[in-house]
Amino acid sequence: MKVCVTAQGPDISSPVDPRFGRARFFIFVDTETMNFEAVENPAAFSGGGAGVRAARLIAEKKAEVVITGRVGPNAQQALEAAGVKVVAGAAGLSVKETIRRFLEGRL
Amino acid sequence: MRIAVVSGKGGAGKTNVAVSLALVASSALVVDCDVEEPNVSLLLKPVILGRVTAFRPTPKINTEACDFCGLCAEVCRFNAIMVLPKTVLVFEKMCKSCGVCSFVCPRKAVHEVQRPIGEIEWGRAGSILYVGGKLNVGEAMPTPLVSQVKKKAEEFEVEITIFDAPPGITCPVVEVLESADYILIVAESTAFGKSDLEIVLEFVENIKTPFGVLENKAGLSRRFLIRELCERRNIPYLGAIPFSEDAARACAEGVPLIEAVEGGWDLFADILSAVRG
Repeated sequence: MKVCVTAQGPDISSPVDPRFGRARFFIFVDTETMNFEAVENPAAFSGGGAGVRAARLIAEKKAEVVITGRVGPNAQQALEAAGVKVVAGAAGLSVKETIRRFLEGRL
Repeated sequence: MRIAVVSGKGGAGKTNVAVSLALVASSALVVDCDVEEPNVSLLLKPVILGRVTAFRPTPKINTEACDFCGLCAEVCRFNAIMVLPKTVLVFEKMCKSCGVCSFVCPRKAVHEVQRPIGEIEWGRAGSILYVGGKLNVGEAMPTPLVSQVKKKAEEFEVEITIFDAPPGITCPVVEVLESADYILIVAESTAFGKSDLEIVLEFVENIKTPFGVLENKAGLSRRFLIRELCERRNIPYLGAIPFSEDAARACAEGVPLIEAVEGGWDLFADILSAVRG
């Protein structure tokens, strides 16, 4: 499946970014192959509505799941409407390790 | 003359000073622009003669005409629209009513509807006229309502209008200051009040509007901290209102400062004279 993890750096070994709307990067990962694509967050410098802007990107990229620290109310609504599952509470690990735990059901 | 009463620090005494000035002027309009936490009516106790709902325009998408091209979401600078394959989400509280979305829609599927954001009321207490606004809980932006309250206030022809601004120096305060002929900064005579005064001065010193500082609760700390700062920086100083526990208790019960403080009527008459210059 295609998942998206918020990250502080542009690759799979970067630490998870606990923020969603203002995360520095979004890492889109194909969990079968572990191929990934890092996208710089276009919403990072938005005056307002960063969560909505970020949700738009996730929807465009057709990720099925977002894994992050926490998601605000606007982003929550937007992601739900787009049919993207939100897994919150991720922090302190690398993107790769976070995905591994998610797949093992340990997140 | 339009006087804006501001302060960096909340609780410095803006509303009390605004109402007291109106009372000593005996004929004036007080405008409560602190739409998130209006308090003027608690002190002034006006008879309310009218109350209306305040609205602002927001987009509504006609999903039958819409082809979900996403252009409206792309052009929205405030990220208030999200276009999905079969629906469009509008985040109404993020919308700044700029109208660009309805302007660009190639299918004319975006209409403007009026969304309630709060209330505007008006009335009088004897010869003192009153206009005030109250923002609905959950609204993100007070400034548009402040602007509408000011517009309502313009309907009344008076010699003196006193605006009670919200605390601080953010957008809704700037909206009030734009209409002011004079800015009266109320500063609490404490370290916090002094620090917050310095923040207000950073802004006010850079605009052309005449201003002055009024030291409230003088004596609460051991020195006239505000007077010292004004003398050191050559800032117009309007005077000091002394702190007393009796006055504080009276104010807490809703008695206006001008009545709560000994010699209040003379004090405020002098302040009004100094402001009118």
